Amino acid sequence: MSNSGLVKSSIGRKLVMALSGLFLLVFLLQHLIINLLSVISPTSFNEVSHFMGTNGIIQFAMQPILIGGIVIHYIMGIVLTIQNKKARPIAYIVDNQKANSTWISRNMIFTGLTILAFLVVHFIDFWIPEVVTKFINQDWSGLEDGIEGFRYHHELVGKFSGTRGIVKASVYTIAFTFLGLHLAHGFASTFQSVGFRHGKYTPTLVKIGKAYSVIVPLLFALIVWFHALVSAH
Amino acid sequence: MNLTLKIWRQKDSKAKGAVETYPISDISPDSSFLEMLDVLNESLVLKGIVPVAFDHDCREGICGMCSLYINGEAHGPDRKVTTCQLHMRMFKDGDTITIEPFRSAGFPVVKDLVVDRSAFDKIQQAGGYVSVNTSGNTQDANAIPIPKRDADMAFDAATCIGCGACVATCKNGSAMLFVSAKVSQFSLLPQGKVEADRRALNMVGKMDELGFGNCTNTGACEVECPKGISLDNIARMNSDFLKASIISEEK
Repeated sequence: MSNSGLVKSSIGRKLVMALSGLFLLVFLLQHLIINLLSVISPTSFNEVSHFMGTNGIIQFAMQPILIGGIVIHYIMGIVLTIQNKKARPIAYIVDNQKANSTWISRNMIFTGLTILAFLVVHFIDFWIPEVVTKFINQDWSGLEDGIEGFRYHHELVGKFSGTRGIVKASVYTIAFTFLGLHLAHGFASTFQSVGFRHGKYTPTLVKIGKAYSVIVPLLFALIVWFHALVSAH
Repeated sequence: MNLTLKIWRQKDSKAKGAVETYPISDISPDSSFLEMLDVLNESLVLKGIVPVAFDHDCREGICGMCSLYINGEAHGPDRKVTTCQLHMRMFKDGDTITIEPFRSAGFPVVKDLVVDRSAFDKIQQAGGYVSVNTSGNTQDANAIPIPKRDADMAFDAATCIGCGACVATCKNGSAMLFVSAKVSQFSLLPQGKVEADRRALNMVGKMDELGFGNCTNTGACEVECPKGISLDNIARMNSDFLKASIISEEK
């Protein structure tokens, strides 16, 4: 098999899925840390947000890489799903899958696409307004009339205020639940796919994966509810 | 025991096939699942109905010939057994049992419950062996020291009987557990390590070519495998294959 065969091979595709997944796991952690700042220290949150939003390397190198990672993860996920459906053209009449595997592990494409639907909502909420401000209105100052200091924390709280904020927080919480389910299988699966399985380390990695899949989405949800219920009032 | 059997009947590989229902009575709970099917077939012959075709050979759980998807599980509800070792005491009097052939693009149905699993032979032929010169003075295998742990893991992998339960069970129709057992059984030992790169590339290449699906690490194969082949083997094959594709110059 030639090297071009790697990407076309089943294991090569799994490698792409795993590496892009691992990259997104790291990204999530970074996103969470910045979000936590919005609760702990609005001033630091503003400073970090301004840096992330205006730094050339982050905006023009890291951001395209991130979007690329997400796109690759989704395209590969969909390609693999289509191939896997083809591998069983006639379905079983009785298929007792719950006897041998978890719902979570069998429904990665479903939880993944649910997260994609959330990403659309999330982009409309945050990413598109930022793009409009910076690239269309050419306003890179991070300032707004009537607000002392940077605008980011004020905008964030505004987006989660009132009844609309409660509805939004609920939608976000549902999405975080699906994210948690996706991570519960995805985290440890990543290491299996790249061929890392070790008697000493794998049991710990599985535990870390479970903790990660609960703690990270839970903190994301708590931050959202903090802004919907506390900051906005 | 009195049972209702719902069995997939298909005249030949081109026919459409459908489920037929057969009531069956006076089955001993101590009989094996295949013996129960023998009793059914005897009664069908007496009625002038074509008996149900199903695969079987050794009937002692080691040949890997008997297949069957019984009530939604490969080799039925028992664990670490083939269908010939599945006993009717696993079922209750009055149960309805659905029996289907193994389903996979790589395993076309030949007739009724019989599927063609020669795809596994093709994968084996692609590299599941050790090349040995039969010069007459072959080195004694025991002269090479092998860590006990490696020998045990290789032996465990070698217990794969190639029954295809992993493919039948996997929601993706993936053959990774089978192929990984065959790759591991050799790559763990010094005699097999020499050809490890080429073996991994060729066997995985053949597996993909034959239309088996991609592994999504659900772990269902390991649970349903009659020989308890571990997912460790899949991780080992993944790393063997990636090393062979990225690092080695083997094509």
